[in-house]
Amino acid sequence: MTYLAKPKFHHPALSANALGYTHRDYEGAISTLCAGCGHDSISAAIIQACFELDLAPHRLAKLSGIGCSSKTPTYFLGNSHGFNSVHGRMPSVLTGANLANRELIYLGISGDGDSAAIGLGQFAHCIRRGVNMVYVVENNGVYGLTKGQFSATADAGSPSKQGAVNADSPIDLVELALLLGASFVARSFSGDKRQLVPLLKAAIRHHGAALLDVISPCVAFNNHPGSTKSYDHVRAHNEAVNQLDVVPACEQITADHEPGTVAEVTQHDGSVLRLRKLAPGYDPHDRIAAMTYLQARRAAGEIVTGLLYVASETCDLHDRLNTVDTPLNRLGEAELCPGTAALEAFNAACR
Amino acid sequence: MPEPLTATNDFVVKFANVNGSGSASANRLFARSILRMGVPVASRNIFPSNIQGLPTWYEVRVCAAGWRGRRGGVDLMVAMNPQTWDKDLAEIEPGGYLLHDSTKPLPPSKFRSDVTAIGVPLTEICGRTYADPRQRQLFKNILYVGALAAVLDVDLAEVERLIGQQFKGKDQLVVANLQALRMGWSHAREHLTGRCRLKVRRADRVGDRIFLDGNNAAALGCVYGGATVAAWYPITPSTSLAEAFARHCRRFRTEPETGKARHAIVQAEDELAAVGTVIGAAWNGARAFTATSGPGISLMQEFIGLAHFAEVPAVIFDVQRGGPSTGMPTRTQQSDLLACAYASHGDTKHVLLFPEDPEECFELAATAFDLADRLQTPVFVMTDLDIGMNDWLCEPLRWDDQRRYDRGKVMTFEGLEAGGAFGRYLDVDGDGIPYRTLPGTHPTRGAYFTRGTSRDPYARYSEEGAIYADNMQRLLRKLETARRLVPAPVLRRAGQPARHGVLHFGSTAAAMEEALAALEAEGLHLDALRLRAFPFADEVTDFVRAHERVFVVEQNRDAQMRTLLVNECGLDPARLVPILHYDGTPITARFVGKAIAERLTALNVVPLRKAVS
Repeated sequence: MTYLAKPKFHHPALSANALGYTHRDYEGAISTLCAGCGHDSISAAIIQACFELDLAPHRLAKLSGIGCSSKTPTYFLGNSHGFNSVHGRMPSVLTGANLANRELIYLGISGDGDSAAIGLGQFAHCIRRGVNMVYVVENNGVYGLTKGQFSATADAGSPSKQGAVNADSPIDLVELALLLGASFVARSFSGDKRQLVPLLKAAIRHHGAALLDVISPCVAFNNHPGSTKSYDHVRAHNEAVNQLDVVPACEQITADHEPGTVAEVTQHDGSVLRLRKLAPGYDPHDRIAAMTYLQARRAAGEIVTGLLYVASETCDLHDRLNTVDTPLNRLGEAELCPGTAALEAFNAACR
Repeated sequence: MPEPLTATNDFVVKFANVNGSGSASANRLFARSILRMGVPVASRNIFPSNIQGLPTWYEVRVCAAGWRGRRGGVDLMVAMNPQTWDKDLAEIEPGGYLLHDSTKPLPPSKFRSDVTAIGVPLTEICGRTYADPRQRQLFKNILYVGALAAVLDVDLAEVERLIGQQFKGKDQLVVANLQALRMGWSHAREHLTGRCRLKVRRADRVGDRIFLDGNNAAALGCVYGGATVAAWYPITPSTSLAEAFARHCRRFRTEPETGKARHAIVQAEDELAAVGTVIGAAWNGARAFTATSGPGISLMQEFIGLAHFAEVPAVIFDVQRGGPSTGMPTRTQQSDLLACAYASHGDTKHVLLFPEDPEECFELAATAFDLADRLQTPVFVMTDLDIGMNDWLCEPLRWDDQRRYDRGKVMTFEGLEAGGAFGRYLDVDGDGIPYRTLPGTHPTRGAYFTRGTSRDPYARYSEEGAIYADNMQRLLRKLETARRLVPAPVLRRAGQPARHGVLHFGSTAAAMEEALAALEAEGLHLDALRLRAFPFADEVTDFVRAHERVFVVEQNRDAQMRTLLVNECGLDPARLVPILHYDGTPITARFVGKAIAERLTALNVVPLRKAVS
């Protein structure tokens, strides 16, 4: 099917969002990934999240590294600029792009090889800098394009499709992001769109570095019995701590819940995150408690999902650098060039 | 016994110090006070990869003729470092002078009979004047500057004015420094009159020239050239470029109404992230640069290939040092030419610029941004430690207020509305340069996917051989366009028709000009062409073809520029004679002159006079 061009027509009754765009305006080319790949579900969730948030497609930029996950930006948001950079280095390219124009929304799409192995350094540093972005890791524990090697997120003891057992400890990007100061940390499952779409929407609305680790089974190389990243395993061990609903800034908030069952978080842009508590006592504002909880549940073999941490006060790289409000790529000679008089003064001081 | 050296406005003073002792600013003060007397100087810092304790030297060549290279040899050694005493003493020319701290008597074996010793009890004077050990150390430096000024007839008033300017607003420091200076001066006037026949006499040879280091100048060039994003990782000798950019930005790039920054500087986690950030910013329409040195260039290779193939502008300063590997981090070389010209895997070629001095660092830094935007490709500004970290006497920096940035072929919203189908990699104008769009320009037109993988003219992924080959051919056409756009080489014709020529570039120019004059005085006439860019303009090939032999002078072991010339211009290697200097010290006129004269002698063109020594 992938050799066919995607038809442009759509049903006349297809609903439009507040900007007049239909669902189709957020789509990209037809996917070339394997049928049933978790990554395609994530692409679909991104399309839905952007449509529902009424984002103008061309005001988003999507950047990726190398790998199956990094191919996916071709398959969504066809009217957005995309940048498929080098392996493991999407974070630096995104950092630069963000510095040049602070007005766009930046989606960084990566995988577990891209972010936890070759790109672990760049992953860490863009998070500690607080680059305003949505960092999506499409995490399947395996290298797909090179045919099934373990990645750095593969659990110790989990077998490959050929039966080899992974001996190395896994890197948990969620726990790492918490440690590095990410202001928004979430984990989800590509098989749970109901959970994933609101988390994507909240991450897009977040001001600062938002990490979304999405367990996304690889149907070709890591969906067999014994794998801890298979559809069956994740479904059996998925422990959601909360169920999220994103309320845009303009909508009135109505209380329709039992007291104590819902927590509300107001974000930088005024949108409200409503978290229906599923794990009693889990507080997504407490970074240290979150780390402890995640480690305890991981030791018990469970996969904790949901909005795991969100900071009440955030500050992105632009805030830290105190850059001007106008995007740097729009400044011209008048703002940038000090001119001859200043140069004369400089020369005089060098004599 | 040789007569003590006698010279006015033409001698070399070398300061031997201990790193971290605060000598650098005192030594610079000495050099600048001579400039203020209208006498040109050429200064060189010779320093170790160290923060405190290892030996460091500062050389000042006082030179009425205005030659800017090192001369070689030392006429007056200011020996302030006991560790290096023997070596420093040995380096003095016969008949030269030794200024030293005479507080503790030294055995005669520590001196040379053919060198005049000038003792000043620096430690003793400081000990009885200052209680604080740090002050004793710092003012000792100023004290010897005072003594030197007296011995060499440097106008004390000029030194005093410079101190006043340097510590403007910090009156206590001015007073304390002036006191130390005058103590040194008075002591020398009382005890050392007539001991030294090296003199500085006021002249009018400096004009409106300025004294500036290349990293500072390049950083200012980035400000004038409109760079808004800088990403870098600390590495000697390029660090001071990034730091100077930050300083200039605080001054020139702060929005007056809000105090906010019209720039963004990121100290990256490594050179990969630095160049990645630059590529991301430039892809998104900001002018961006990084500054690094050889090891950083090695780390950036994969990204440089991406920027080349995906056609993203980027400006990369390579302040070259001694390689390979960590090599000699604090010594100079021109040894990254091939690493930059052909950086990255696959078939790649890049634009390189070669500034000769700080003034050209400023000029070519600004030009690099225009070229990168116009050509949509990485542009390397190839300086070196000698230009980058030393103060050079150079022409004042100039700017034309009418000058507009050339942002290259950027398709606007209006252009997309008016035009037909947009093809990111479509060669519309036949110059190999396609149009690009910036993210966020138009809701439905002009979006494309940037990738390092091959694609068709409409940026659609393709692994088809013919499409790939077409694109590679277009990139060659773009390089042809680059050849016509880059700064032209500078020709210096010999006084009379010359059979042979010289090609040189970058910091070698200083030594080259002096060597050519010396060779000419010996009756050896050579035309010279100073390269300013790669890919080479036609004039370069024509120049080589017009001469029997062309000496290619460069500061590396493997004759990298010669390799480029042979490779890119189809020249007969036999015509290109390498002259190579690569010990990490800046090349000297003596070295170049001697090397060329010897080879000319071998070619039998020095029938009458002896070759220059």
